[in-house]
Amino acid sequence: MTILPVAGKSGPFTHAPNSVQQTMNTVLLALLPALVFNAYLFGWPGIFLFSVTVFACVLIEAGCLFLAGQPVGATLSDFSAVLTGTLLAMSLPPWAPWWIGGLGAVFAIALAKHAYGGLGQNVFNPAMVARVALLISFPVAMTAWVVPHPLFSASAPTFHESIAITFGGGLPDTVSAASALGYVKTELSRGIPVSESMKRVPDLMDMAMGYRAGSLGETSMIFILIGGLFLIFRGIISWHIPVGLMGSLFLMATLFHTINPDRFTSGVFHLMSGASFLGAFFIATDYVTSPVSNLGKLIFGIGCGVLTWVIRTFAGYPEGMAFSVLLMNAMTLIIDQYTRPRVFGRTRSGQPLSHKEKSP
Amino acid sequence: MKLFPVRGGIHPDYRKGETSEKPIVSLPMPATLYVPLQQHIGVSAEPLVAAGDRVLKGQRIAGNQGSLSIPQHAPTSGTIRSVGEITAPHPSGLPQSTIILEPDGKDEWAELPPPIDDPLSADPNLIRKRVAESGIVGMGGAAFPSAVKLNLGLQYKLRILLVNGAECEPYLTCDDRVMRERADEIVDGARIMAHALGVPRIIVAIEENKPQAIEIMTKAANGLLEVVPVPVQYPMGSERHLAQAITGRETPARGLTADIGVVVHNVSTACAVHQAVRHGRPLIARVLTVSGRAVREPKNIETLIGTEVTELIEFCGGLKEPPICLVNGGPMMGQPLPGLKVPVVKGMSGILALAASEVNQGPERPCIRCGSCVTICPLGLVPVELAAFIRKEQLDHAAALGLRDCVSCGSCSWVCPSRIPLVHYFNYAKGALNAKDRDRNKVERVKTMAEAHALRVAKAALAKQQRTPKATAARAE
Ligand code: SF4
Ligand code: SF4
Repeated sequence: MTILPVAGKSGPFTHAPNSVQQTMNTVLLALLPALVFNAYLFGWPGIFLFSVTVFACVLIEAGCLFLAGQPVGATLSDFSAVLTGTLLAMSLPPWAPWWIGGLGAVFAIALAKHAYGGLGQNVFNPAMVARVALLISFPVAMTAWVVPHPLFSASAPTFHESIAITFGGGLPDTVSAASALGYVKTELSRGIPVSESMKRVPDLMDMAMGYRAGSLGETSMIFILIGGLFLIFRGIISWHIPVGLMGSLFLMATLFHTINPDRFTSGVFHLMSGASFLGAFFIATDYVTSPVSNLGKLIFGIGCGVLTWVIRTFAGYPEGMAFSVLLMNAMTLIIDQYTRPRVFGRTRSGQPLSHKEKSP
Repeated sequence: MKLFPVRGGIHPDYRKGETSEKPIVSLPMPATLYVPLQQHIGVSAEPLVAAGDRVLKGQRIAGNQGSLSIPQHAPTSGTIRSVGEITAPHPSGLPQSTIILEPDGKDEWAELPPPIDDPLSADPNLIRKRVAESGIVGMGGAAFPSAVKLNLGLQYKLRILLVNGAECEPYLTCDDRVMRERADEIVDGARIMAHALGVPRIIVAIEENKPQAIEIMTKAANGLLEVVPVPVQYPMGSERHLAQAITGRETPARGLTADIGVVVHNVSTACAVHQAVRHGRPLIARVLTVSGRAVREPKNIETLIGTEVTELIEFCGGLKEPPICLVNGGPMMGQPLPGLKVPVVKGMSGILALAASEVNQGPERPCIRCGSCVTICPLGLVPVELAAFIRKEQLDHAAALGLRDCVSCGSCSWVCPSRIPLVHYFNYAKGALNAKDRDRNKVERVKTMAEAHALRVAKAALAKQQRTPKATAARAE
């Protein structure tokens, strides 16, 4: 009987039944309800765009791995490219043309991920890098929102019309609509107070379900919440980033709304609009680009929330999630350095506890 | 009793059911016994016998060299075949000085030291001396000489003797069985140790997953000891964490639990102390768990020290499939065994022959910075960061972040979805740092020696100079 050589290898000789692949799959599974529902809401053009984006991400990942001389099959099977593609697609306007998805995949996988050295090495969230790069390069295509045209409903484009929307001439002018955040912002710039413009945005229940104009995967708050809670329940993410992000966004907005309701939208409106939920549960929580300790995650989440509010409120763009996540990504390493847990038996400064000292 | 929370920790698959209901069985006398001279942390013992000598059971066959060393005793009567080098149960697989004994089957006891009368009011020194002479080491795996730990009462103000029955390692059930079957011996041994230490309070901590042991121990303790169920949370059995759960206090880094008034001894050690003090019997046998899916019939076995591991495996019906690894101890903190032809030693709490289907091996992937290792590290370290420094050979940076505080509990490696062998990195780095320290000490010693030499030369030269004028003057006279 042969015994495999183990000499020199340290324990443990058992392992949790987890893997990178399983983690990524669980996240994808958690996104599924929102994906399915939004596919229904935005119909064939959305499904086409999603497919193109994910396919392009996988293809480019394979190409990059090949060029880097890394095992292609083994690495592709961790599904991280599929997840990046999914998140990217979910943050694009649902009826955007196919090349937006394709180009986004280049930005996300080739530039934001592999240029940094591949999985685990990137500083910035690949999907958000792609979204911001696209938004800056193609502001018109990237803000061409549509209100939901649910599949099988009278307003839904036919399969052929859908092919034309995604792969042909693009969006028919007549259908484009503003997102709630964008609408309020435009109105404000025209001198119309928030209290007035708010009357014309979809009501809260519609916003929560996803019956509003917005990115392909971000509109359905309820399904994203279900997926997010599932991830917390499964221990894939901790509560720190979602709570930090949404809590600070809500508090900032509520505070200023109370002070001046004509200028500032309410906390509830902020939570329900844009990518607040998607960002809080699925984007800011990206492992690679967020801090490793729980305290660090909380700070990171709060930073994202505050920045999102600031950008939405004062900057030129109506939506700020992507920008704020990228800004906080840049802070991640610094946050990590200042939020190391206290070592057992040592003070915060690293000195051994004195013998009489009680632990806190 | 109110317990205090302990940071981090994991909940591995315990797999104790394989052996937890198997009563302790004795192994038949092996044909040959191999008693290594060093089975403990500290200094090796010197052999007191030579080839051809007849020895009796319990006779001292190797002597101690100072307090950090322990003697070895003949596990049975027989003839010494030789004192030679055989493979030690150590991952290096290097040979080690070992006394090889051929049992004569008579199992004839040597004349043993008399039992200590009324040990609970005897001179503590007498007990410590007996424990030292009986070759007792910590039987939970650390194998630290127990007598040294019983001396701590002389230097520290101790409040609690914590008897460790947590047994938090997966698979292992030998302490569980010992508690169920030898509760009275544990209680007596613990009381003797408490007396030697001069502590007023004895607490037996047992993980909640051993309800029978808790019940039996509580009955046996009869109010003299407190039996406390502790949460099932690996590594609850780590001395520092157990002491924290019980007292709420943290042992200072680089310190001992004695710093917070606690001394921790394993339940099996308490049994050994009972045997030594009440019956004069040295430590020549132990109970260990043989388990793992590759073993046909896992068992809890009481066996003589020096038995070859192959005999244990054969006693368990042999291997039913090729194991992917052999482990000395539990799967979390145990050491890889270099093979089956190694002897059982005093600190060996288990032998595991693990099959591929249970170790959950997988390819190593890049770190995805998930932070799991940070959340679960019971020491509050940041394994992902330590590993990054070690990969870049920046060992000093890793040391500054507490690398040396790592107890190699294995939780971080266990939880890592990328299966990065973090503990392997840490063990490597700790070894390298220790080697560097040794070198530095050597350099310093050489330097001081060189300086001393230079000083002597200078002094001599000075003396000569001072003498010279005199001499010259003398000659001039
Ligand atoms: S092995 Fe060391 S670093 Fe890893 S969890 Fe245990 S104490 Fe922490
Ligand atoms: S558990 Fe593994 S993958 Fe996660 S941060 Fe730690 S080292 Fe990286």
